Amino acid sequence: MISILETAFDPWQSIVGYQQAMQKDGEYGACATFVGTMRDYNEGDDVNGMLLEHYPGMTEKHLDRIVEDAKQQWQLLDTLLIHRVGELRPNDPIVLVAVWSVHRKDAFEACRFIMEDLKSKAPFWKKECVVEADQQAQKNRWVEKNTSGY
Amino acid sequence: MSIKVLYFASLKEQFGCGEQQLDSTNIKTVGDVWQLVSTGHTVNQSVLHSVNQEYAELDTPVKAGDEVAFFPPVTGG
Repeated sequence: MISILETAFDPWQSIVGYQQAMQKDGEYGACATFVGTMRDYNEGDDVNGMLLEHYPGMTEKHLDRIVEDAKQQWQLLDTLLIHRVGELRPNDPIVLVAVWSVHRKDAFEACRFIMEDLKSKAPFWKKECVVEADQQAQKNRWVEKNTSGY
Repeated sequence: MSIKVLYFASLKEQFGCGEQQLDSTNIKTVGDVWQLVSTGHTVNQSVLHSVNQEYAELDTPVKAGDEVAFFPPVTGG
């Protein structure tokens, strides 16, 4: 399942709920997960908020394709991908990727693949609210690029 | 022909709008669209493009009714 959410979510609750609902108890031997969370600093500055923009339509299409690509390469029983958009605060979860498979190799590798592809190609953009050094003012700036995960 | 053009993130701010309709008989590729819409703007960053919500190159052909989008490098996750 792929979901774009405009409101806060609890990734751990989501995993438990989804795992129960998929009704594959006894089938899976592995579940690999990645949770990305908002930090309160970036590039040496304090950050106290973030706006996540996306390209509705293309985002869903692209995430669908990433998951389908992963299913072609690894034997997966199920996947759950949740990504936030809208306004976020530090410590808010941004993204969840959970992958269920029979053995750990497929789950680990597919989870990593989905996450790295998402980071480099899915059409999301972050604008962060930076607190100036004297704490008196704030400014908004677009995050220019993602760090490489490899 | 008429084409829907979308801008996202910093490009949307720089261009002052998120969407516009382009009517021109001289458009054959994504590069032609970019040439038309970026005239008068100084864009100091790399720009990605898509046609009908699929990544595209500057020489990708466009036709009437297409949705062409321009945006900066993605920063999700």
